[in-house]
Amino acid sequence: MRRLYAILVGAGLVYMLFAFLGTISPYGNVNLSDRVSAHFLAKDVNSVDASKWVSGDKQIPSKMKVFGKKGFEDGSANVVTSIVVNYRSFDTLGEVTVLFASAVGVGLILGGTRRMRYGRKPNFILRVSTGILLPLIILFGVYIFVHGHLTPGGGFPGGTVIAAAVLLLYLSNEEFSLNMVVSKSLEGSMGSLYVIFGLIGLAVGGAFLFNFLPNGVVGSLFSAGVVPLVYMTIGLKVGSELSGVVAEIHEEREG
Amino acid sequence: MSALIWLAGGIMIVAAVFAVEAKKILDAVIAMSALSLVSVFLFIAMRAPDVAITEASVGAGLVTAVLLVTLFRMKGGDDK
Repeated sequence: MRRLYAILVGAGLVYMLFAFLGTISPYGNVNLSDRVSAHFLAKDVNSVDASKWVSGDKQIPSKMKVFGKKGFEDGSANVVTSIVVNYRSFDTLGEVTVLFASAVGVGLILGGTRRMRYGRKPNFILRVSTGILLPLIILFGVYIFVHGHLTPGGGFPGGTVIAAAVLLLYLSNEEFSLNMVVSKSLEGSMGSLYVIFGLIGLAVGGAFLFNFLPNGVVGSLFSAGVVPLVYMTIGLKVGSELSGVVAEIHEEREG
Repeated sequence: MSALIWLAGGIMIVAAVFAVEAKKILDAVIAMSALSLVSVFLFIAMRAPDVAITEASVGAGLVTAVLLVTLFRMKGGDDK
């Protein structure tokens, strides 16, 4: 009876996943000019000037909205990312700091010398599927934070996916333990690099975390100025930090 | 579409009440994980893919795993 319930619940969740994926409109059929500002649609692509669109020299397919002045939403195809890293970059610095403080707390309380063992041999399916899935999971995490300015995602989810890969290693191998020196030094250097980017922005543009690189063409990998660099540093920092937390909850003291 | 959203919201409420009222902590953790998973579907329906990815990786993945490892370390916490 329990098995029947489990099958029903699993089938229901899979059905919901596909039903909700069906509600997303197909690629290329979304009329972007209904949703976002004309400045965003016109920015930097083949050097079109939004003011010409607005004044009617050039036609765009439907009615358009104009918010603010040109130069906002600096060049990244994913608007959320451009808000998080351009307008609200100081918030992101604060989030990184909060995460660092919590990781320090976990390390202080749970630190140990010996790896905790689950006391049972890992399942055959878990061991084999880890070997197959691990590279894919790490690749997906890296993709999420490298393409943060083009597709949904960013530094925090990408880093968390990498930490989930480390957790899978811990579950599938009783002997595995993370090299803490590498993870801590990666975390520290990447956190400093983010602040250094902010200081370079202060020196070049006169504001902390200013976007000092050229925007490039929307949609290419090296566009949106400093956004991909910042997200790479944040992704590596969050990934190594949460991997360290996962490693620390698997440690125990002697005796 | 609208019925699906109502269904997802109903499942979330049921899972939340179950997580509070469950006798075993393990059941409560599983209900919390199901709550996060269904909220991921809702975020997809609300055109917020960024939040959906974050919720899937943090809420449904890492937090559940951390709670389960904590439960394993507090041996016997399950019986209460």
